Amino acid sequence: MSTVPSPAPNSSPTPALGWTPPPRPTGAAAPAIPAPPAVDTLTVTVNGRPVTVPRLTPDWQGKPAPTTMLQACAAAGVSVPHYCYHHRLPVAGNCRMCLVEYGTPALGPDRQPLKNPDGSLVIQKSPRPAIACATPVTPGMAIDTDTPGVRAMREGVLEFLLINHPLDCPICDQAGECKLQEYSVEYGRAASRFVETKVHKPKQVDLGPRIMLDDERCILCTRCIRFTRDLVGDDALGIVHRGSYSTLAAYPGRAFDNNYTLNTVDLCPVGALTSKDFRFRMRVWFLKETKSLCTSCGTGCNVLIGSRENVLYRYTPRENDAVNRSWLCDFGRLNYKWIGRADRLRQVRVRGEPATWTRALAELAERLRAIPAGHAAILASARLANEELFLLRKLAQHLGAETDIVPRHGEGDRFLVHPDKNPNTTGARVLGLAAAPPGANLPRFAERLRAGQLTALLVFGEDPLKHGFDPETLQRAELLVVSDLLPNGAAELAHFVLPGCAHAEKRGTFTNAHGRVQRFFKALEPPGDARPETEWLGELWERLTGERASTSPERLFRQLAEEVPAFRGLTWAALGDTGQDLPDGPPPPER
Amino acid sequence: MHFPVPAALEAEIDALIARYPQKRSASVMVLHALQDHFGHLTAEAMEWTARKLDLQPINLLELVTFYPMFRRQPVGRFHLKVCRTLSCALAGSHALHHHLCTKLGLNPEAPGPQTTPDGRFTVEFVECLASCHTAPVLMLNDTLYEKVTPAQADQLLRQSS
Repeated sequence: MSTVPSPAPNSSPTPALGWTPPPRPTGAAAPAIPAPPAVDTLTVTVNGRPVTVPRLTPDWQGKPAPTTMLQACAAAGVSVPHYCYHHRLPVAGNCRMCLVEYGTPALGPDRQPLKNPDGSLVIQKSPRPAIACATPVTPGMAIDTDTPGVRAMREGVLEFLLINHPLDCPICDQAGECKLQEYSVEYGRAASRFVETKVHKPKQVDLGPRIMLDDERCILCTRCIRFTRDLVGDDALGIVHRGSYSTLAAYPGRAFDNNYTLNTVDLCPVGALTSKDFRFRMRVWFLKETKSLCTSCGTGCNVLIGSRENVLYRYTPRENDAVNRSWLCDFGRLNYKWIGRADRLRQVRVRGEPATWTRALAELAERLRAIPAGHAAILASARLANEELFLLRKLAQHLGAETDIVPRHGEGDRFLVHPDKNPNTTGARVLGLAAAPPGANLPRFAERLRAGQLTALLVFGEDPLKHGFDPETLQRAELLVVSDLLPNGAAELAHFVLPGCAHAEKRGTFTNAHGRVQRFFKALEPPGDARPETEWLGELWERLTGERASTSPERLFRQLAEEVPAFRGLTWAALGDTGQDLPDGPPPPER
Repeated sequence: MHFPVPAALEAEIDALIARYPQKRSASVMVLHALQDHFGHLTAEAMEWTARKLDLQPINLLELVTFYPMFRRQPVGRFHLKVCRTLSCALAGSHALHHHLCTKLGLNPEAPGPQTTPDGRFTVEFVECLASCHTAPVLMLNDTLYEKVTPAQADQLLRQSS
């Protein structure tokens, strides 16, 4: 009875692989994708176990395509080793690592499947193996991934791949996350039989401003070529020469320099393509990985922070079908160095003198109490997390303060980069901290400061001197509070300097430009006195009002979801690793 | 980058391109036309072809480096292609190649095509010329010579002067 569809868990209609296009911004709730009719399934056996898979699975472009043996194996929980196959790239089928043996039901003279006495199908084994990544499954197909034949084929493929491979793992940056290393251990031969001379190819090829290529390590899987040609639209790479001299190359004199080149480093299954920024800096197995977000634009790409001993070494993309799929732009990926800058603000200062948090917050609360309602303004930042903005919103309501943020506009593109260069503009807008349009209040703040109508200005993560305020105007404020990460002109003038945390040093959520609320986690300890904003804002709130305030992002998020209608129904736990959309989507753009 | 292609050649190339439903399919034919005219394919020729066919130069470089009959270096006026595939090898093509090289002052051990300093002769090993029954064979430019002995080779060289 092996053809009877097996019940859950293997009969899930959503395949583990494949990509459905993320909902694009529409202004309303997530666009209703027409529900597909009842999924057409078929049953195959993988290593003797029946598994039911959909007949069609989205391919790399999200279009329905016949389900392949590799996808069926994945659905059955059987991993098939592969190099050239990647679920977000067109299938090339050139590495041959995923070869498996298979058979199809034998048919009798009446064209009906023959049955064994026990009722199972008679399987006619194919005389040849097939590549699992490019062979569609058919009903009743039997796939074998663990036969002596398959093991011998894998060993053979690996032996060929290693013939001209330099085996320089001890000095190779990929070591530890190298598929050639992993599969050699798992499926390869213990020792090489190759006694001839290896072919030598170019080493240290400067492919572009961010990429270094070692052609001897390349296994010619063409993932990088397909990525840059088919996803980025920059057909910059190719394979020149022939046979064992085949060499990955860019056209001489043409740099491989589009804004997505570093994704080829992630795609490269071996150490051929390396990041100039990361190479030789840290062994990957020492890196602690923390789930986080890229803060360079409104897209909010999901990243993994790789850090060790409080030093951030790299961002790598973290899969999220609804946001960045498997990719990250080069600009965002390399825009992390400010976090570790030596001149980070690390000291609490009151009127230029070092102070403790306790003293500073006590004094600040006292000063704020003395400010009459309507005489304070809060210049928040769309780089702050939702929870921090929520506390600022409460503070603004308490003080009767006007608020605004600094808008940042730049170039966007059609792949990942968003023209809004703030990570949390949507959060600031739905929490009511941004003027309409964002930034509209800034000139008024300056004007009211000059007119003496504003006596207190609280600045968070922005430098007002760069956004239309001059030092004389700022000095008119009786109380100037600056909380920031890096030194700036306003901090020099401030009565209170309160060092804050980078996103990598705290937990929280951002709401991206498409209204998706996503969490980020703490990878590093903040420098010096710096503390997460939620902690000291909560403490300030307590001193100001006598009310207990939560300081943990989890509890703040719960309060926020209860109090702010735009976030209703969301919970910290349900956000998960990939986030959730605001129930009503992002607010419509204002210009 | 300026790459002057005579009007007649460009017309010929345009006609070649028109024979294919996709421009890209004409790549090899266009490169052959350019090589026939200029003798070899320079970077400028590949870049010109890329512009002509709406491709990237790397696409043409892949072709030119893949196919041995595309040349990136000029060859001599008399191009001797000696077959080294099995039948000819058994019938003495290596001796023939060695003989030609020593006669012309070239190094018989060096890989790839070799040209005399005066630019008149190029000697090169090639794969099967499809005339195994008359091995060993060589081609002098576009003419096939069969059952070539060293003496006949000497005569060929003399004729080519």
